[in-house]
Amino acid sequence: MTKINPIKLGYRLLEGWFNFSFGPSWNPLYNLGTLTFFFFWVVLVSGLYLFIFFDTSIAGAYKSVEYISHEQWYMAGVMRSMHRYASDAAVITIILHMFREFSLDRYRGFRWFSWITGVPTLWFVITLGITGYWLVWDELALYLAVRSSELADALPFVSGSMARNFLEGQLTDRFFTLMGFLHLLGQPILLVFAVWIHVKRLSYVEINAPRGLAIGSFIALLALSLIAPVESHGPANLSQVPRVLHLDWFYLNVYPLLDYYTARQTWMITLGTTFLLMLLPWLPPKKTGKPAVVHLDHCNGCGQCADDCPFDAIDVRARTDGARWAHEVVVQPNQCAACGICLGSCPSSNPFRQKHEPLVTGIDMPQLSANQLRDETDRAISSLKADTKILVFGCDNTFDVSALESDNSAVVKVYCIGMLPSTLMEYALKKGADGIFITGCRTGDCYFRYGNVWLDKRFEGSRKPRLRARADRRRIMVSRGAEIDGARIRKSLADFHSAIAGLNASDHEPSRLGTDRDTQDAGI
Amino acid sequence: MPESNPQIAPSRSNVGYLLLQAVNYAVFMAIVWYFSFSPPYRQLAENSAVVTLAFGHASKRVSECSVLTQEELDKLAPNMRKPMDCPRQRSPVTIELRLNGELAAREVLRPPGLYQDQSIDVYRNIKVPKGQHHLSVWMNDDSNVDGPTFEFEKTVKLLPAQRLVLSFDPDKNGFSVN
Repeated sequence: MTKINPIKLGYRLLEGWFNFSFGPSWNPLYNLGTLTFFFFWVVLVSGLYLFIFFDTSIAGAYKSVEYISHEQWYMAGVMRSMHRYASDAAVITIILHMFREFSLDRYRGFRWFSWITGVPTLWFVITLGITGYWLVWDELALYLAVRSSELADALPFVSGSMARNFLEGQLTDRFFTLMGFLHLLGQPILLVFAVWIHVKRLSYVEINAPRGLAIGSFIALLALSLIAPVESHGPANLSQVPRVLHLDWFYLNVYPLLDYYTARQTWMITLGTTFLLMLLPWLPPKKTGKPAVVHLDHCNGCGQCADDCPFDAIDVRARTDGARWAHEVVVQPNQCAACGICLGSCPSSNPFRQKHEPLVTGIDMPQLSANQLRDETDRAISSLKADTKILVFGCDNTFDVSALESDNSAVVKVYCIGMLPSTLMEYALKKGADGIFITGCRTGDCYFRYGNVWLDKRFEGSRKPRLRARADRRRIMVSRGAEIDGARIRKSLADFHSAIAGLNASDHEPSRLGTDRDTQDAGI
Repeated sequence: MPESNPQIAPSRSNVGYLLLQAVNYAVFMAIVWYFSFSPPYRQLAENSAVVTLAFGHASKRVSECSVLTQEELDKLAPNMRKPMDCPRQRSPVTIELRLNGELAAREVLRPPGLYQDQSIDVYRNIKVPKGQHHLSVWMNDDSNVDGPTFEFEKTVKLLPAQRLVLSFDPDKNGFSVN
């Protein structure tokens, strides 16, 4: 088995369990972002309903929450419980999201922007939860109010003592107006803005959880809300100090630190941890490959690469070189992940274009160009001496495909299987490969987000550049897996080898692939 | 195109898998529920109370206003020639709180602000056992005076979980308890 660090192994095992239980399309670990959005929608809708009955005054807040919880338990009470439990569930999905990106090393290099904008977003969520707890105005709310004020008082730019406001006779209803505004409007708007920044460097951002997962999560939330409805603490009493509190540890875990450290030290611990988390992408940094380059004289500005780019790194602009095409594409180097998916999507990457030697495509990778990819394919096929020749394409970011090298299978490594032009499959079969075995990241878990998906769609014929109908699909196999799936992938390859051997024995017809002329040139 | 990857199988929607998913959801919700309330956090011991020292106060200025001589005025820029010089800096405030004769808290607070001219704010919680206590407070808010400028003593009886607020208002006889 490939050597794998324990954190990654732990994640992969959990991922495998969820793949077994839910299947990849409903796997919660592949849908952590959309699940968080789903919980946010539950929080939003339930919160709006609760606000109808909520009294924003010191005297009325607690009573109104008691009404919600007890007198209208069947609706507002359930809504309150779902509001809280969905908020808690969102923190778990966010933490899991961070853990996933960290354990799979998807937080460094070109992903630094998403990581450092994600860390403060977690704080926006936490502070949104904290103000929510204030509104109940029970003993817990008073504890939070006093402790939060102590923290605020320790800030150098805060003058006066906020904490004194929470002593007998100091508080007014204006406090609740402010809290209500923050919790219901100010903080959610800031949070949405922060999320927008967080996903700014991604394309095809999913915000809707798969229906099955959403339904399951909703039923689970509803069941928990009915089985264990949320209750308040006793009403806030400014002349008393609550002795035992049932803290929501998802949101309020910082406060007990104040028992051991001063407010200033608590700030240093929390801010220090936050900054350390934000610095992780550079501890140590990860080098991203050289960004894609555009060869305008081979680009007709079709924009397929821009459509396929998972990181929104390619723009389509008006033509600047005087060619007859209306558009050209421009790569944003600082956003480019060097995944090579654009190479696979460019119609000019067609390896049959022999009139252009060496092969130059419209958008290319400096460190593994379309020409090198074709040469590598030629080299690999010519190295095979066995009767049944299997060409293996595999990506760099999962199971080490080099382990599949043998007398009857030669390996070509690529950045991502999404960088394989569909025409390269036909080319390889034409050049003597009996079968093509492709392995990449687990389904739903592409290191470059959409390489797996685009490859499938191209092969299915639902996305350009399509694998032509006449390509013999019996001779192409895709088997995906993670670092720990080596045994299964090897077995798949062995089965595929047997199948191809059988095909070779029974298939006396000439290849059904087209001639060079059929596949040459994309009209550029 | 052959496909050997079991992950490609469609989402699990038969009864067996749905039950398995239900177990996963139950575990997830159990985690949500548990950490939403537990473990309980004890802020204060069973038989304890809290004395809160809380007030805001503008201490005495370090020096009084003085009349500038003509010679001193001449040294100033024309637009700054005011006959009175009133330094803004206020005195640091020293507070000591003793419980039953033992020092429970001592603070020396410098007035905030660029010129140290703003009022100080005090907010301190001191956990004490329930029952009767003799409180004594000593405060100096004038750097030109040695010893206390305000003193306060009182015997109080504290109930478990009670918060006793010790506040200060110079216009209302100094310290008081609420």
